Amino acid sequence: MKVATGKKAGFDCRPVESAREDFPILKTEMNGHPLVFLDSAASSQKPQAVIEAINTYYTTQNANVHRGVYTLSQQATDLFEESRLAVARFINAPSEKEVIFVRGATEGINLVAQSYGRAFLNAGDEIVLSELEHHSNIVPWQILAEEKNLSLKIIPVREDGSLDMDAYKKLLSSKTALVTVNHISNALGTINPVEEITKLAKECGAAVLIDGAQASIHGSIDVASLGADFYVFSGHKMLGPTGIGVLWGREDILEAMPPWQGGGEMIQSVSFEKTTYNELPFKFEAGTPHIEGVVGLKKAIDYLSQFDPADIIHWERKLLNHCTAKLTAIPGLRIIGTTQNKTSVVSFLVEGTHPYDLGIILDKLGIAVRTGHHCTQPLMEKYGIPGTVRASMALYNNKEDIDRLAEGVEKARNMLV
Amino acid sequence: MSINEKQDQIIDDFSLFDDWMQKYDYIIDLGKKLPIIEQEYKTEDYQIKGCQSRVWLRAYEQDGKVFFKADSDAVITRGIIALLIEVLSGQKADDIANSDLYFIDRIGLKEHLSPTRSNGLTSMIKHMKYYGLGLKKKLENHE
Repeated sequence: MKVATGKKAGFDCRPVESAREDFPILKTEMNGHPLVFLDSAASSQKPQAVIEAINTYYTTQNANVHRGVYTLSQQATDLFEESRLAVARFINAPSEKEVIFVRGATEGINLVAQSYGRAFLNAGDEIVLSELEHHSNIVPWQILAEEKNLSLKIIPVREDGSLDMDAYKKLLSSKTALVTVNHISNALGTINPVEEITKLAKECGAAVLIDGAQASIHGSIDVASLGADFYVFSGHKMLGPTGIGVLWGREDILEAMPPWQGGGEMIQSVSFEKTTYNELPFKFEAGTPHIEGVVGLKKAIDYLSQFDPADIIHWERKLLNHCTAKLTAIPGLRIIGTTQNKTSVVSFLVEGTHPYDLGIILDKLGIAVRTGHHCTQPLMEKYGIPGTVRASMALYNNKEDIDRLAEGVEKARNMLV
Repeated sequence: MSINEKQDQIIDDFSLFDDWMQKYDYIIDLGKKLPIIEQEYKTEDYQIKGCQSRVWLRAYEQDGKVFFKADSDAVITRGIIALLIEVLSGQKADDIANSDLYFIDRIGLKEHLSPTRSNGLTSMIKHMKYYGLGLKKKLENHE
């Protein structure tokens, strides 16, 4: 196998092919077979370095942050704030004050809906979102729309899984107050043209939130050049721990937004007459944060940063092409989401079988895939299907995983049809 | 045959299989053979919602016994439904309401009833027992 060595900022990067070794879970078995893990779009696996960082944190570094005068607390605070800096660099944010730690992308969206939305959206305003959205980027807006008498406008998806940009342009108007789309679709893998979507929204004066839950694991995010107002993602989908995520927001907007949750950490002074709030980013971080999650997230970013993002994308593209070719050769198999501009996700159906049945047989063969509607019921409705089988690949997958999947699908098909 | 006699019979049948593939081949076969529920009952009213597969269940009473007809859009779920119907359909209401369905665990299909599978089967068993309980109450009120 040819080993690709990337160059980033003059340094030699690790070849992506070597990543697999760092993930201990990939050496385990499921139902008596070596595990083939193809559900990274739901949650990624964790490298040894992240697992160790959490262990080390609790073994030698644990104390509450931003409070204690003692050395241990100071060290924990330093670790915590170093992670914020690492996140800011990872997404090219102008300032670490713009990095708010939240539980995950879902909480980030809810924070924006409840704080920004309640304060700045008015009756009659329109929110534009797409048919590709995860329920997490639909329901918070529906709750807000009901409360504030707003309406939702939906960008339709074309047959190949890409967004209908002409329809999008027609939806935009002076009434558009906010546009929100996912960077990458979790159900189909479509990479959306978020730069263009943002640019057009900005021409209408609308705020823009990009749901980057599926994007952060695949390489580079650059919020500075994207031009959006908010960007959210989850740690657990990018090799980090669960329960930690990031809301990035433009500083001036975050400053103008009222706090969402009240509690410790987010205040400057409290009296029964009047409470004044802490400055950014602490204004939005009420209560003791998920410290080990933040520490683990930094390790995940450090880990990802060993590789050239271009190498990660190249490797995943190879896996995607191999998977598409192998699966397309299976009679009766239909891939949902065929646009060229997609990441390493293959959503499919096999004629005469139900996704659930395929998932059960694949599980018996040691292959972990997702089946069902992938929390995108409106999208499944659009295609008139109950759901799909979804294989999603990350940098630690290899061609053998895909071959095992294809063999498994063939076998399942023979049993079921 | 009583509910438990039927369960023991199924456990006996399944003991013949050497591996999971034979077992699943059999379940898939049962699923394909399960009589299709009449279209008029394949409606929302009779549907038990699962996230992964959908299940339709209809119960009716005849001579103090409860009969079930059911269907699913997934064939493995249908196969397990066929087993549940084999065990519970045509039994006395009281027996259904009080049944302990130990055969599911014994034939190694317990995983299909875990809530994470969300295939509608757990709710289906609950509904079958409710029908048993409901009919039992109805019969008692008539006495």
